[in-house]
Amino acid sequence: MKFGVIVFPGSNCDHDAYHVISKHVGQPVDFIWHKETDLSSFDALIVPGGFSYGDYLRAGALARFSPVMESVKRFAAEGKFVFGICNGFQILCEAGLLPGALRRNAGLHFVCKHVNLRLDNRDTPFTSAVKTDRPLSIPIAHAEGNYTCDDATYSELEENGQIVFRYCDENGEVTEAANPNGSRGNIAGICNQDRNVLGMMPHPERACEEILGSNDGRDIFRSLTNTMGGLGA
Amino acid sequence: MKALVYVTLKPSVLDPQGKAIHHSTELLGFTNLADIRQGKYFEIAFSEGVSESDAQTAAEAIAKDVLANPVIEDYRVEIAQ
Repeated sequence: MKFGVIVFPGSNCDHDAYHVISKHVGQPVDFIWHKETDLSSFDALIVPGGFSYGDYLRAGALARFSPVMESVKRFAAEGKFVFGICNGFQILCEAGLLPGALRRNAGLHFVCKHVNLRLDNRDTPFTSAVKTDRPLSIPIAHAEGNYTCDDATYSELEENGQIVFRYCDENGEVTEAANPNGSRGNIAGICNQDRNVLGMMPHPERACEEILGSNDGRDIFRSLTNTMGGLGA
Repeated sequence: MKALVYVTLKPSVLDPQGKAIHHSTELLGFTNLADIRQGKYFEIAFSEGVSESDAQTAAEAIAKDVLANPVIEDYRVEIAQ
């Protein structure tokens, strides 16, 4: 199964994602420049973190108009897997592949630290191999991670099990004190209704090696390869 | 001909940057302000000969599809000669 990591001008976590897929997940992976439109050789796409287009206008707003994005929409519509991390999550929201929007952190600061995440839905292609005996420790690094949506969208997300990760304390309790950015319902990551598109603000690709403080991120990538292996991709 | 586009957060959306600005104005001595909301302003200059109605239509489309995120923002378009 082949992964593609999309590279926009200003992406800066593309090499981290590439490294994790090739070294820790052990799958073939290629970079995809944002001007490419043929995604036929890929089984899963990673929209990586960074500052695409310098975060001009709004984070992720201009990347949505890159040529590759129309192909990404078709790719997702075919049921193939798209995984947006940090700026990638912002881009997927701007592109309408995920509901809601990511706004300036409530505290206004850029927040860079390890956070605890509670897995709220293990029944997704991205989380089936994630252990649930304790919260995941995965770093965040963003200034615009404040997830926002209207009441109707929030109810829909809850009813459909689309809220995948929430910020929590070390005991797994979802508290206001554990919310680093003001996100509605402590939301850290959501998926689409078909569950083949996931977006999250925390960086699992930065938590795949003990030496970096945590390898909790590996299980997310492994879930995806397990799923795709089961599908014969 | 120019189109002036104002993009503002929807009233229901909290504006932490506006709140921080409000706080600073209070420190400056302006204690009689109820609220400050931050927004964005764009000037779109059209080529010569573009009609007012075409400019209005184009500016509305640009505001809706690019300048504002309708999930969190409203926009208003004005045409100036």
